[in-house]
Amino acid sequence: MPVLWAFAVGGFRRFSRYRAATVAGAFTNTVFGLLRASVTTAVVASAGGTLGGYDTASVITYAWLSQAVIAAVHVFAWTELAERIRTGDIVTDLSRPVDLQWQWLAADLGRAGFVLIPRALPPLAVGALTFGMNLPTAPGPYLFGLVSLVLAVAISFACRFLLNLAAFWLLDLRGPMTLYVIVNNLLCGLLLPVWWLPDWLRTVAAATPFPSMVQAPVDLLGGRVTTPGQMAQTLAVQAVWLALSLLAGRWVLARATRRVVIQGG
Amino acid sequence: MADRPSAWSAYRAVLGARLRAQTAYRGSFAMEVAGNLANSGLEFAEIYVIFHNVRALGGLDLKASLLVFTLSRVGFSLADGMAGSMDEVPRLVRSGTLEVLMLRPLSLLGQIVTADLALRRFGRAVLALGVLAVVLRIVPVPWTPARVALLVATPVAGAALFTALFIVAGAVQFWLVDGAEATNAFTYGGSYAATYSAAVLPLPLRVFFSFVVPAAFVGYLPTLALLGLPGPAGLPAWLGWWVPAAGAAALGLALLAWRAGVRRYTGAGG
Repeated sequence: MPVLWAFAVGGFRRFSRYRAATVAGAFTNTVFGLLRASVTTAVVASAGGTLGGYDTASVITYAWLSQAVIAAVHVFAWTELAERIRTGDIVTDLSRPVDLQWQWLAADLGRAGFVLIPRALPPLAVGALTFGMNLPTAPGPYLFGLVSLVLAVAISFACRFLLNLAAFWLLDLRGPMTLYVIVNNLLCGLLLPVWWLPDWLRTVAAATPFPSMVQAPVDLLGGRVTTPGQMAQTLAVQAVWLALSLLAGRWVLARATRRVVIQGG
Repeated sequence: MADRPSAWSAYRAVLGARLRAQTAYRGSFAMEVAGNLANSGLEFAEIYVIFHNVRALGGLDLKASLLVFTLSRVGFSLADGMAGSMDEVPRLVRSGTLEVLMLRPLSLLGQIVTADLALRRFGRAVLALGVLAVVLRIVPVPWTPARVALLVATPVAGAALFTALFIVAGAVQFWLVDGAEATNAFTYGGSYAATYSAAVLPLPLRVFFSFVVPAAFVGYLPTLALLGLPGPAGLPAWLGWWVPAAGAAALGLALLAWRAGVRRYTGAGG
């Protein structure tokens, strides 16, 4: 455990060096928050005041919360591990006496730990000042929302890890990565709430881990899911997806490492 | 001077090499074209989901919204194919490559733009133009010669507007350097805003995304003019007829901004 903690601290400190990039990212999240809050409120207004369980106030909260968490959850392209596989640097990671998946997971949680506050607070503050947000006042949603957010980061990592392992077989990961980000952004609840998707698409979404990455933590933090039963169900679904995605990563990794040939060095 | 090759033939040689290089790896090229087409599909999915739930958005019905969407995608994808490589400016500045480009007897902007004239990105433009042709068949435009002229001019003007946005974003890098991603808020934010009726935006945002970042000029305002619809507060419908002028003006301002940025640039003798 102390070793994994060191990886997490490393991830945290590494991202804490990119100050200007963090400010720029928070700025972009804020501008997109303004646009998405505008579009989603216009949709709710057109639908007659409520749509899929959202009224104007709760859809504004949804729009800003989703912008606040996506940097930490990282629903974008990530090819760092694939790059190390391509260059062969992965051998360094594999030769450490720590499990490969755990060390990268710890580093990614550390990254999320740094990124969360500076990337979440500016959009939330601007959202509260401009559109006005309707955040829960009890501590429960925040407590369970935070647990859900940690699960979301870990699920997102496990899926990105799994996809990056394809670099053991493929030379160029840009195509699959683009496709992953596109499907993810549509089904995770970033573009529009998952609850607005047509039935068939919501069924498709439910069969993927994507709603567990953004919709689940936002539902808990925003107070959309309030009863203990619903909260437990949301967290349980996330836990199942986390276990499945981590296990899939381990299975593929075991097959991949059999292909690795270390040529001295 | 007669024996010196013209700038045009130099560009042609550079461009030819770039285009051949991109298609050399056919598998990767096909994957990237597919990825770019899927990206257009995702943007369309958002419209599909919204109109699955409501009948009108920002004063426009599905048909008119599709016209806004496709006009904005044609403009954006043409501009992204031409000037999307302006994203590279921070890297060029940091790595000192910019100085190499400055030494050559060709325009700096011309070189950066042709450095990555991305064929795969034009795949999107071709798709968008095809969808536009389909959308025009279902949208009830009361055609007049003036409207036909506006329709032909709009994709060109839209491409000019987004190209101007990319160039300004590149020029700002000479001041930003470290916070390069901040301009994404305006280029990709502008692209996102352009796909919707500007009437969905609250007034201050609507004015900003029309007259500072000219997103509304790309698809929404021409759609108002083509369909003869009234505009929301702050955006009178007659502005739609000024889209070509707006494109030219934006491009002119962007070139001035670029010159100011390059003048400010101080090389490190790389």
